[in-house]
Amino acid sequence: MVVHSSAMLEVKGLTKSYGKLMAITGVSFRADSGENIGLLGPNGAGKTTTVSIIAGLLSPDSGEVRIEGKQVKSDTDPVKLKIGLVPQDMALYDKLSARDNLTFFAALYSLAGAKAKQAIAEALDLVGLSERAGDKVGTFSGGMKRRLNLAAALLHDPQILLLDEPTVGVDPQSRNAIFENLETLKKRGKTLIYTTHYMEEAERLCDRIVIIDHGKMIADDTLQGLHKLLPVTNVIAVELDHADGFQPEQMLALPEVKSAELQQGTLRIGVHDLARGAPGILRWLAENGHSYHHVSSEQPNLETVFLTLTGRSLRDA
Amino acid sequence: MIPFLALVRKDLKLFFHDRRAVVVGMLTPIALASFFGYLFGGQGGNAEMSKVPVLVIDQDGSDISRGLTTQLASEKSLEVKPSGLDAAREAVRKGKATVAIVIPKDFGKDAGHALFTDATKPELGVLYDPSHNAELGMVKGILNGAVMQAVSKEMFTGKGGREMVNESLAQVENAPQLPPADRKALRDLLGGVKEWNERQDEQRDRAGASGVLSGGITMPYETREQAITSGEDVAYNGYAHSFGGMSIQFILFMGLDAGIALLMLRQSGLWQRLRAAPLSRTTLLSSRSVSAALIAGFILVVVFGFARVVFGVHIRGSLAGFVGVCAAFSLMTAAFGLMVAALGETVEATRGYSITATLIMVMLGGAWVPTFIFPKWLQKLTVIIPTRWAMDGLDGMTWRGLGFSSALAPIAVLLLFTLLFGVVAVARFRWRTD
Repeated sequence: MVVHSSAMLEVKGLTKSYGKLMAITGVSFRADSGENIGLLGPNGAGKTTTVSIIAGLLSPDSGEVRIEGKQVKSDTDPVKLKIGLVPQDMALYDKLSARDNLTFFAALYSLAGAKAKQAIAEALDLVGLSERAGDKVGTFSGGMKRRLNLAAALLHDPQILLLDEPTVGVDPQSRNAIFENLETLKKRGKTLIYTTHYMEEAERLCDRIVIIDHGKMIADDTLQGLHKLLPVTNVIAVELDHADGFQPEQMLALPEVKSAELQQGTLRIGVHDLARGAPGILRWLAENGHSYHHVSSEQPNLETVFLTLTGRSLRDA
Repeated sequence: MIPFLALVRKDLKLFFHDRRAVVVGMLTPIALASFFGYLFGGQGGNAEMSKVPVLVIDQDGSDISRGLTTQLASEKSLEVKPSGLDAAREAVRKGKATVAIVIPKDFGKDAGHALFTDATKPELGVLYDPSHNAELGMVKGILNGAVMQAVSKEMFTGKGGREMVNESLAQVENAPQLPPADRKALRDLLGGVKEWNERQDEQRDRAGASGVLSGGITMPYETREQAITSGEDVAYNGYAHSFGGMSIQFILFMGLDAGIALLMLRQSGLWQRLRAAPLSRTTLLSSRSVSAALIAGFILVVVFGFARVVFGVHIRGSLAGFVGVCAAFSLMTAAFGLMVAALGETVEATRGYSITATLIMVMLGGAWVPTFIFPKWLQKLTVIIPTRWAMDGLDGMTWRGLGFSSALAPIAVLLLFTLLFGVVAVARFRWRTD
């Protein structure tokens, strides 16, 4: 007999509509302890709706969410203690100090006294804000606020951390600091559900990636698994001298070419076999009068995956 | 309990954090209450009232018209000045005079005849500023008394009166159609008046030039006013009402702000964090009520504390009743704020209609001006306005000096409104973010 232990988080067939607008349809995935799941999709794809339902902020029209096999049945259900939410909008009181903010958020989970102090100290230490604990949040930079926003969700030591675009509007340095915080949390066995529309973040942080577009789940796999879905394994990038008026679709007539797109003067051509495809492509460009000044090869990324699955670029979606 | 207390503490911290806003929030009701209190009688209720400017156009120039002018000028509440007709009309039109009284030519003579016969009554012209109807009524009342006194004095003891008696005696003697018995009776009556007038002249001569004889018909009574306050030796303090009224107004606005803040909170990430925590709707809403009520209580303490120290406003009635009314009103305000948050759709629209509702409650509750100046039907209507009960309760416990039993009805009604607003708030509050 095979015994299936219940997942830390299990999302089954979530559907939610706002009037006639269908926000998400049939979203399902699961996450185990220590697993980092990325919800990737363009703005308005339904990522925040999915996270809001998991956090109990929204009721789905159909489907269910289970935390270690249990559903959240009421506002005060202890199951909610297993979830920490990092909202996309900054959820802090600017007029209070960082410590006062965290003391308040800890108390919402009935943490007080020495336990609360210890949790606050650890959270501030993790996000590198211990020295600014007494300062008002209103004096913090955007990146520091984002880190404190993350710390506020960690105080009650949740098993699942829901991160809704936690790096929006922060500088690269703060973004790296947040990534390091999340990697530390992952090492501690936390389950992270990370929504983003930045493919680089999903590629760097996530064990598995759920791609959502127009409210529908179109893929759920590891990065390697998603690459297997692609018709090409290599991309030749050609920087054209004169890209105006160039029609990348005409390249599809070549037998080795599986995809072609032009972005900011760079022609990206997907091929299965780089050694066989490259000479023919460069010859075709020369014969048709398209000069170029640089050629390189690229491994396909999530952008390519999204383009392949939806027919649109993630940035343009 | 830890989350509940944390929510209350957080609200209080946020309120007191902005010290400048807190100070301004206290100073504004204090400044307005001080101003209104002064207007409504101030400390001791004996602030000097401004006199009504009255112009007199004397086109008659008779003893009666001069006596009338002197009589009006002796009134404490009037500031009487002589004037020409055109100048008086212009002054009233420009609002520099409230009333102008035109005494027409032959007024004295005609009024004397009209006093004893059915001769046509002469008219006094009264030009008035239509925006001062209340003062017009007062001036007309004073004018009636002054005319009666001036005319009767002249007719009973003056030269005009003696001339009229002589004329009447001659008419009696020269009226052949008059029955003899009637002639005799009238001759005796008028002869008696003539003889009495002659004796008055002799007395005046004996008294000398400085001698003053009273005369004329005057009001046959005097009034003795006594303000009924909390005690015989306790004067009315107009600041008590105005500080109560302004406290109520600004506390209501504070409650309104708390409701709108909750509405804004719903649109922020903070709301998502609160909702993600294991918190019940009751905990969240009741904590907001308690913090708003505590802030309202704080405002009342500060504002009435100032009134006590600076203007001598005492709680002459039951202290427990005063505290009870304040507490009930604070809770009602908190529930009102929650209801605003529950019924509001957008912050902008909610702010608009709730400010209107608050101002109506303040106005009809008697916080600006006492409700007795309202029409009767409106006075009856105001019993459905919670602020009316709060004002009655605060007035009762401060300057009226009433006992605790008089606070029970206001407390009960305010708590009923609290319950009503609270039920609406809980029932209509959109808990989910969708």
